Amino acid sequence: MKVLVPVKRVVDSNIKPLVKSDNSGVETDGLKMSMNPFDETAVEEAVRLKEQNIVSEIVAVSIGEAKCQDTLRTAMAMGAYRSILITSDELLEPLSIAKILQKIVEKEQPNLVLMGKQASDDDTNATGQILAGLLGWSQGTFVSKLELTSDKARVHREIDEGVQILDLTLPAVITTDLRLNEPRFASLPNIMKARKKPIETIALSDMDIKTTTRLEMLSVKEASTSREGIILNSVEELVEKLQNEAKVI
Amino acid sequence: MTALVLLSYEENQIRSTSRSTIAAAKKFGEVHALLVGHNLSELSQKAAKLEGVTKVLVADHEAYAHMLAQPVTDLILSIAETYDYILVSANAEGKDILPRVAGLLDVQPITDVVEVVNENTFVRPIYAGSILATVKSSDNKKLLSIRGTAFEPVSDEGGQASIEALSKVAHSEKALAQFVSVEVTKSDRPELESARVIISGGRGMQSGANFAMLEKIADILDAAIGASRAAVDAGYVGNDYQVGQTGKIVAPQLYIAVGISGAIQHLAGMKDSKIIVAINKDPDAPIFKVADYGIIGDLFEILPQLENRLANR
Amino acid sequence: MSESAREKMEFDVLIVGGGPSGLSAAIRLKQLAPSAQICLIEKASEIGAHIVSGAVLEPTALKELFSDWNSRGAPLETPVKKERIMYLLNDRKSIQIPIIDWMMPNMVNEGNYIISLGDFCRWLASEAEALGVEIYPGFAGSDLIIEDNQVMGVLIGDMGLDKDGKPGSNFTPGMELRAKYTIFSEGCRGSLSKKLISHYNLRKKSDPQTYGIGIKELWEIPSDLHFPGYMQHSFGWPLDDNTYGGSWLYHFGKNLVSFGFVLGLDYANPWLSPFGETQRVKMHPALKKHFKGGRRIAYGARALSEGGFQSIPKLSFPGGVLVGDAAGFLNMPKIKGTHTAMKSGMVAAEAIAEALNSAQIEPVNYQKRMQQSWVWEELYSVRNIRPSFAKFGAKLATVYTGIDSMLRGKVPWTFHHRQGDNTKLDPADMSQPVCYPKPDNKLTFDRESSVYLANIDHRDDQPIHLKLKNEAIWKTVNWDVFKSPESRYCPAAVYEVVNADVEPTLQINSQNCVHCKTCDIKDPTQNINWETPEGGSGPNYPGGM
Repeated sequence: MKVLVPVKRVVDSNIKPLVKSDNSGVETDGLKMSMNPFDETAVEEAVRLKEQNIVSEIVAVSIGEAKCQDTLRTAMAMGAYRSILITSDELLEPLSIAKILQKIVEKEQPNLVLMGKQASDDDTNATGQILAGLLGWSQGTFVSKLELTSDKARVHREIDEGVQILDLTLPAVITTDLRLNEPRFASLPNIMKARKKPIETIALSDMDIKTTTRLEMLSVKEASTSREGIILNSVEELVEKLQNEAKVI
Repeated sequence: MTALVLLSYEENQIRSTSRSTIAAAKKFGEVHALLVGHNLSELSQKAAKLEGVTKVLVADHEAYAHMLAQPVTDLILSIAETYDYILVSANAEGKDILPRVAGLLDVQPITDVVEVVNENTFVRPIYAGSILATVKSSDNKKLLSIRGTAFEPVSDEGGQASIEALSKVAHSEKALAQFVSVEVTKSDRPELESARVIISGGRGMQSGANFAMLEKIADILDAAIGASRAAVDAGYVGNDYQVGQTGKIVAPQLYIAVGISGAIQHLAGMKDSKIIVAINKDPDAPIFKVADYGIIGDLFEILPQLENRLANR
Repeated sequence: MSESAREKMEFDVLIVGGGPSGLSAAIRLKQLAPSAQICLIEKASEIGAHIVSGAVLEPTALKELFSDWNSRGAPLETPVKKERIMYLLNDRKSIQIPIIDWMMPNMVNEGNYIISLGDFCRWLASEAEALGVEIYPGFAGSDLIIEDNQVMGVLIGDMGLDKDGKPGSNFTPGMELRAKYTIFSEGCRGSLSKKLISHYNLRKKSDPQTYGIGIKELWEIPSDLHFPGYMQHSFGWPLDDNTYGGSWLYHFGKNLVSFGFVLGLDYANPWLSPFGETQRVKMHPALKKHFKGGRRIAYGARALSEGGFQSIPKLSFPGGVLVGDAAGFLNMPKIKGTHTAMKSGMVAAEAIAEALNSAQIEPVNYQKRMQQSWVWEELYSVRNIRPSFAKFGAKLATVYTGIDSMLRGKVPWTFHHRQGDNTKLDPADMSQPVCYPKPDNKLTFDRESSVYLANIDHRDDQPIHLKLKNEAIWKTVNWDVFKSPESRYCPAAVYEVVNADVEPTLQINSQNCVHCKTCDIKDPTQNINWETPEGGSGPNYPGGM
C-alpha cells in the first residue's frame, strides 16, 4: 500500500509570531520554521504502518518556496522514502493546495493520503476535506486512532460528544489529530541518510492549475488575552467576589 | 440574500452553537435552516421555532443518520445553488462537512469566524488564537464555519418557520464510509459549549480520580467539567473534556481553571469567558495573566474549602 | 564513559557548538582540508537559536576567513556611525565621556558593524554547509568519550526519556560521535568544556575564570526615532562602585534596537538581581528616550567570560582543543569576543589540519599559533583592566584604565583573579536588600513575560537538566546564609523558593531555562550542575537577536 503524506512548512509552534507594526500581516522573517506538528503526526503514523509492513511506500509532498525542502528532509529522516516539492512563491490557500494535491494523487496513485487536520499557522482545517471532495474519496477527519487493512481503514474520530468509529473504503483521505501518536525524534544517521534521498521538484507554473487567491488578508491584530486580575488570599474572598462583584454565581 | 444554516443537534436538542450560527447568518438576510438526519419529526418542530429562521428544510433518511461527510455534502450540493451563504457551526461536525462542500463548489471556506464585518469580510483567529485576521472573500458564494462563542445565540422560541421536506435523497450510490459506533461520554451535566459555568482541571489534578473533587463543585454550580490538553494526554479524562485550540472553544460566564498552567493553546479555548478564576500553586503560571481572580496554593487544600463555602453560601 | 552497544559514527573532526568559533573552525578546516569529514553539532533547534550577543563585530577575523565576505552576503548591514559612552551619576544625571582614540583604543568602533550575531551565525553555517560541513542542530553533546586518556569524541544524549529518565514511547537512544579531533566550541562555561578543564587540569597554570551575565532585549522602535549605526554604552548607576557592569544600546537593522546589560558575576550582594538592574537602567533618561513608542520583541541571556588573558586555560589536550568563549577569548574592555572567537577557531583548524597529516594525538601547535597571533597580543595589552575594577572599584579603575590603555598595557605588572565568582557573595544578613521598581509593562517588565519572549521549548516530560549535587546544602548554605541568590540571579525564573515561611524548599522550573549557565557559575558551593537537556531544547531566539 502506498501512502502520500503532504507536509507544510510553518513557523515553529514554540514561537509566538508578532503582528507587523503596520498590522498588514504576521512577521515570519527570521523565525524558526518547522514541520506543521499535525503533519508530523501524519508522517509518524505512516512510518509506523510501514514498520508493521502494512504500508510499503511513503511519499512526502510539500508545496511552497524552495526552503520546504528542509521540511521534506525531516519527513524523510523520520522514514518517508522519497519526496515531491511543488515550488511556488505565491501564498496558496487550502483550496489551491488541495487542487495541487489532487494532481499529485492522480500522478502517484496512492491508496491513502494521510495529513494533519490543520496547520498551526492559519488553523483553517480544510485541505484534507477539500481534497477528499475533489477526488470523490472517503474522508476520515480528526483521527486519533487508525487501524488499516488492505481494503479499508477503521478510524476513531474525535467528535463533539466523544469518539466516532467509521470504516472507510480505500482510497481515502485521513486527517490526523495530535493524539494519534507521539512523533519520533529523527536520529542523526537517519537525518544524514535523508540528505541523500530523492526530492522531485515540480514548478507550480508547469502544472496548469488555477490558483487565484479568494481570500485577501486585510489586516491582523494581536488577540488580547491578558486581564488585570487580582490575587486573593482565601476561598471566602473568592466566593464573595464571585457573588457580589462579578455576580456570576 | 439568503443564508443556509446546517443545524447541529444532539439527542433531540438543537445545539446552542447552531443558534449562534443563525445569529451570524441573520446578518446576511433571510435564514433557512437545514436539518439532516433520521427520525427528525420532533427536531423539525423545534427547528421551526428558532428565532429568525423562515424555512426549515428537512432531509430525513437513514443514510443521514450519522451526519457522515459524504452524503451530507452531496445533499447540500443539491440545494446550494439558491444560497449566497452556507454556514455551519465550527464544531467537529461542521468542520468535517463544510470544506468538502466548498471544494466541490470551488469556494475557499472561511473557518472559525468570530466576527462578521460586512457581507464579504470576516474575522478569524490564526496562530492558535493568538492573532486575529480580517479577511475579505472574493468568492460569489461564502462558506463559513461560525465560532459559537463569538455570537449571542438566537432564542429557541418565537420563530414560525415553514417546514419543507426534501424528498430527494441526494447521496451517491455507494457509501464510502460505514458507521461502526460512537462512544458517547454520558453526562448529566450541561454541555461544555453551552454551560454557564465550567470548572476545568489540568495536569495539577495528578489523576483522573481526583476529578471527583471538581465534580462535587460542578454539582453545586450546575457546571460542566473541562480539562486541559495535558490532563487529557495524561489520560485523566476523555478527549471530549478538552478545552483549547484543538478541543472545544468555550466562553461561559464563569470559568474556573484548577491546576492548569495556561498553555497558549488552552488559553485560546477559554479566554473569552466572562470571568476567569485560576487556582494554581505556581504563582508564575501564565493562567494568572488571563484570570480575573487568582488563588495561589495547593488545589487539594483549596478545592474542599471551595466546595464547603459554595455549599453553605 | 562509553557503552559499546551504542550506535557509532566516525568523522575526521567533530565540532561541538555552532557559534562563531565552531563555525569558523569548520569553514577554515574545509578550506585547508577539503576532503576531511567535518561534523558540527549544536544543541539548539537551529543554528543561531541560542546565540545572544550585542553585537558589535570587528571584522578582522572575518576578513581573514573570507577576503570576499562582502560579496558573499554576510549580514553586516549597519556600520557603526556614532558612539557615546555615558557615566550615569544617579537615576537622572549622566555625563558623556569623550572618546579620545589615542587614549582609549579599546573603545573606538570605527570600521565595526552592529549585527545580529544569531543571523551572522546562520550565514556562517550556510557557508560551511556549502563547503561540505555536516551540520546537525538539535543534538546536544552530553558526555565525553575518553579512552586511554584521549578524547575520542562525544556522546549525544538520549531523546525521549521521561521525567524519571526511563525511555518513553518515542525514545531515541543517543549515539557515539567519534573523531580524530574534537573541537569544543560550546561558548562560555560549556558543560563538556568544564569536564575537560577538570579532567586534564587545563587551569593548572592559569587564573580561575571570572564571568559576567549579559541580559539582552531586542526592541523595534518607530523609524523616525531610529538612527542605524548609533551605539552607546553606560556605566555607573544603578550599580555601586564595587559592582562591575553597564548597559549597551545599539540602533541597527530595520528599526531594531539591541539593548542589554552586563553584570560582573563577582558581585557581592546576594540580594542583587541582574534582571532587576537591567530593567531599572532603562528608566534613566539617557536610555529611556530610545524606547519611546517601541515594543520589545525578544529576550535572552547568556554568561560570558571576563577573565581575559590571565584566565586562558591550556588550549589543547589529547584528541582535541578548546576554542572561542569556551576557552575565554573575550576582550572585556572592548566588550567584544566574536573576532577573537572566530580567530581561535581558525587557528585551531589550521593546527588540526596539520595534525591530521601527522597523526599527532594532541594538536599542540594550536597553543603556539595562538600565542603568536594578534589575539594574544590584544588580550595581553588589556589584561589589567577588568581586574582593576575588582581591585579598586569602578571610579578609580576608570582612571587606571585610562593610564593602562594609554600605555597599551605595557606595564610591568599583571593583576590576578584570585578566586572564582562563586566565592564572592556576602551573607544575606550582612547585605543591603535591593528594591526594584514594579514593572510598568511598557518599558520595564517582569521575568515571566520576558522569558515568554525567548520562545523556550523544553519538552515537559524530560529529566530535569539542572541538578543539585547535594540537596541538603541548598538549605544550609543557599537559604540559611544567602537567602537563595539563585532565585534572583537567574534571568529566567528557573529557581523558586516555595513555602518560604514554614519549610523553604527549592523548586527548579527547568523548562524556563535559557541556557545562560549563570547558576553553574555563581552557586556559592558549585552545588548546581548544568547539564545538556534533550537536544533541540531551550530558547529559540528569532532572527535579529
